[in-house]
Amino acid sequence: MIEIAENKCDFCGCCVGVCPVNCIEVMEADIRIEHEICIDCDICVYVCPIEVLSQTDSKKSSSAAA
Amino acid sequence: MWKDQKKFDCIVVGGGPAGSTFARVAAEGGLSVLLLEKDRDIGVPVRCGEAVSDAGLRIFHEPNPRWIASTINRIKLVAPNETVVEFDLHQKGYILDRRIFDYDLAEFASAAGAQIVTKAYIDGLIIEDDKVVGVRGTHVGERFEKRAKIVVGADGVESRVGRWAGLNTTVKLKDMECGIQKTVTGIDVNEHMFDFYLSRKWAPGGYLWVFPKGKHKANIGLAISGYYAKDGKAAHKFLDEFMAWKYPNASVLTTVVGGVPVAKTVKQMVMDGLMLIGDAARTVNPVTGGGIIPGMRSGLLAAETAVKSLNNGGPTRKNLTPYEKAWHKIGGKNHERFYRIKETIFRFTDDDLNRIADGIANVPEDGRSLLKLFTIAASKKPSLLIDVARVFTGI
Ligand SMILES: Cc1cc2nc3c(=O)[nH]c(=O)nc-3n(C[C@H](O)[C@H](O)[C@H](O)COP(=O)(O)OP(=O)(O)OC[C@H]3O[C@@H](n4cnc5c(N)ncnc54)[C@H](O)[C@@H]3O)c2cc1C
Ligand code: SF4
Ligand code: SF4
Repeated sequence: MIEIAENKCDFCGCCVGVCPVNCIEVMEADIRIEHEICIDCDICVYVCPIEVLSQTDSKKSSSAAA
Repeated sequence: MWKDQKKFDCIVVGGGPAGSTFARVAAEGGLSVLLLEKDRDIGVPVRCGEAVSDAGLRIFHEPNPRWIASTINRIKLVAPNETVVEFDLHQKGYILDRRIFDYDLAEFASAAGAQIVTKAYIDGLIIEDDKVVGVRGTHVGERFEKRAKIVVGADGVESRVGRWAGLNTTVKLKDMECGIQKTVTGIDVNEHMFDFYLSRKWAPGGYLWVFPKGKHKANIGLAISGYYAKDGKAAHKFLDEFMAWKYPNASVLTTVVGGVPVAKTVKQMVMDGLMLIGDAARTVNPVTGGGIIPGMRSGLLAAETAVKSLNNGGPTRKNLTPYEKAWHKIGGKNHERFYRIKETIFRFTDDDLNRIADGIANVPEDGRSLLKLFTIAASKKPSLLIDVARVFTGI
């Protein structure tokens, strides 16, 4: 699952632009992910310029890195 | 009062340069326009290096000194091995103050008759019989729905408007530049020079910029390609390292982050009742990452088509398609050439970049230009030379 470090986010929307299933919502000062729709592709984790997002499923992240 | 009005000719989602330009031109053409911006302030935060060319700005407005923090006429490139090459830009550029610029663009739209509302966040479209007929959202905590003949997605890199309508605007990982910028003071810079640092160690698949805003203040930022961001080192770490090396005593006034979609413009920019403009349509120049002027240009072209379509036959996909065609005719071909150039240069290794810097350093200063630079850069891939020649000489 994608975890959000909420107090770090700058609400820039970079992650929204790349999400293949359009399940991230960024407002003026709030960010939400619809976890039921998320396909855990981790692309949002890679693009975030300030490491707000992380993949909590360690098996998933290690296989993605491989 | 917008709250009492149920229906508009156009509703524009997003109050950046693209949205405000569309709103102004459509209102000047006699349409009723509502522009909705989610943030409390137009133009803030400034997620932008704020560089534009004089020629680009003049397509739309006489440059107003209030908008201009610095006038640029030289360019400096720093190669991975720290070779420095300088040359004349052969044209004028500016570093804007976008807080003032974006405000003024919105004021022009308002003066032309558009209604502008901030703190209005759109979270869905009203779609009937496969046609977009309005938007849904929240204004200061209150839900609302508004109808329009044309909804315009000017909602930036984070655009969802097109996707709600079924258009594919997703940016590929390799086509997203992940950016971070600090506006700093307490440093010494040449106020008339763009500085670019090119290296995988500073900004892999992108570049690092120092854009002056006076003698002691600058926007210092970088963007790295998503392709390299995948390796696990995030953009902010690159900038922290650079600042510690080059400007350790700078005072940081602002830090912003943001994505720059260096993608091909979306294939389909319109459908029944919907148009996409600016970053939402992926109009940014893929080589420079400059999106202010292309966004304004797409806003202008879209508004001209919108006015025509509403006076003649209605906002069907067919009647809105002239905008798509006009974009491809005026900006689109060059955009595709720039995209092809970007596809090659974003993979350059530090050795390639050192070789290019040496190549341009060997040219006498009065022979150096962006055309010369890109010609040397493209020499490894001769098929690119035609693209380079065309985009820099306007053939
Ligand atoms: C770090 C960085 C540096 C850059 N440097 C330069 C540069 O030097 N020169 C240059 O030309 N370009 C630069 N760019 C690109 C430039 O900033 C953009 O291309 C330009 O702002 C695009 O204009 P726009 O109007 O399309 O979108 P934006 O300016 O992004 O405006 C979109 C607006 O839509 C609003 N919005 C989004 N979603 C909603 C919603 N659901 N409801 C209501 N409102 C919404 C947003 O709040 C925003 O105000 C840079 C970008 C970044 C990230
Ligand atoms: S990319 Fe990072 S900073 Fe930007 S909105 Fe997404 S999580 Fe927040
Ligand atoms: S992991 Fe993939 S699908 Fe899930 S939110 Fe991130 S980008 Fe979207």
